[in-house]
Amino acid sequence: MSYARALRCRKCGREYPLGPLSLCDFCLSPLEVSYDYQSMAKALNREKIAKGPPSMWRYSDLLSVESEAVDLGTSFTPLIKADNLGRELGLDQLYIKNDCLNPTYSFKDRPVSVAVTKAREFGFDTVACASTGNLAASVAAHAAKANMKAYVFVPSNVEPGKLVGAAIYNPVLVTVDGSYDDVNRLCNKLVERYNWGFINVNLRPYYAEGSKTLAYEVAEQLGWRAPDCVVSPAASGLSFTRIWKGLDELAMLGLIEPVNTHMYVTQAAGSSPIVNAFQTGTLHVHPVEPNTIAKSIAIGNPADGYYALMIARQSGGGACAVTDEEVIAGMKLLAETEGIFAEAAAGVVIGALKKLAGSGVIKRNELTVAFITGAGPRTQEILSDIVQPLAVRPVIESVEEVLGISA
Amino acid sequence: MAKRQVMFTFPQELIKEPVIYNLGQQFKVVTNIRRADISEDRGWVVLELEGEENDIEQGIAWMTSKGIRVDPVIGDIVEG
Repeated sequence: MSYARALRCRKCGREYPLGPLSLCDFCLSPLEVSYDYQSMAKALNREKIAKGPPSMWRYSDLLSVESEAVDLGTSFTPLIKADNLGRELGLDQLYIKNDCLNPTYSFKDRPVSVAVTKAREFGFDTVACASTGNLAASVAAHAAKANMKAYVFVPSNVEPGKLVGAAIYNPVLVTVDGSYDDVNRLCNKLVERYNWGFINVNLRPYYAEGSKTLAYEVAEQLGWRAPDCVVSPAASGLSFTRIWKGLDELAMLGLIEPVNTHMYVTQAAGSSPIVNAFQTGTLHVHPVEPNTIAKSIAIGNPADGYYALMIARQSGGGACAVTDEEVIAGMKLLAETEGIFAEAAAGVVIGALKKLAGSGVIKRNELTVAFITGAGPRTQEILSDIVQPLAVRPVIESVEEVLGISA
Repeated sequence: MAKRQVMFTFPQELIKEPVIYNLGQQFKVVTNIRRADISEDRGWVVLELEGEENDIEQGIAWMTSKGIRVDPVIGDIVEG
């Protein structure tokens, strides 16, 4: 059963009934799900969780879902001790949470699984999103599983190849003749006009909750403890804030010791409004025009930017941005050391981790978890120049000559 | 009548101009401020605009032309 009791404004604390609603009517700040933690604490313990299914739904008591989940088999992804990468970076206790290994190849399956389940509970027969990649694929796949209609809106200048990962699930794919901002504005209006479950708009509070399972899993996989340091990418900032919320909840419920995790938010330099705010010391995240190859985290006006900023500050963590060149280098380093082909957002995380470890901000002996949130093959065009095969004729002599080897 | 919830981000040179007042006067848009933070060098205001759809659109276009950034209050919807 769910212990969710209300939607609560993150700014002014006003409460609203659990429904498809994402903004406080008074101060126009985001709403989040609040829970009856007292009852939850009585019902929940490590043993009960461990007996649950090997998926994010073993934590269903900590989520806001009342019915059977729309589940593609998401999560319980590996937490790998990254010794090779750790050696390169000078970190003795480095772990990689490899969320590439979800059904649609990104962590988005976690929040979308919760959001589509809630959409069905609220009586929607249609879900929608605006996305050029990971979110689109996940929404289309979950809608297929739930026998719901899905609308996916994309700017018309997106390369068709990027949409294959969504199109295969047969959503209604709509290209919008306009800029990224035009799509944002259009979708805002669509939410008001149509009775759709818009995944990251009117279902956003529930969508957000799914990302908490990243934290639950990591804590359980570490033997019920929080990491010393978390390094994670941020687009809207939502998953970053929910990783923190997840750890905080586990401590509140007595499932782990009090949390003293330093949260490091990472962005590509071409789209780094949260990092900019952290570095300039302001409280306001000023929007930017994104310009980076790390498209999956290129959000110029991050809805949860302020909250991500506050968590990075209050946890004694930090913020780090990396150039596109460093992103590519990070992607290669992760692949060459740990055998993980992840998307550009992972290059951001690894590039930032390299800087943070190199400058001594993250210390050698600190247990550090780097969150890898999406797989590489969907955006492999950014790496096309790494394919430089050695050409040989089909005879041994040619192979030995070109490779400089002999028996 | 339509409603739109937006965030205005002001550059330093416009901090002293009564642009929100002018928006209301010139475009018959009712402006209802919910949150704001203004300092001497920059500022932002989260507010609800109410009026005819066309007036709101024209008002937003005018604000943008003056160098004020106008964003949906819910942040960017398009995700990767």
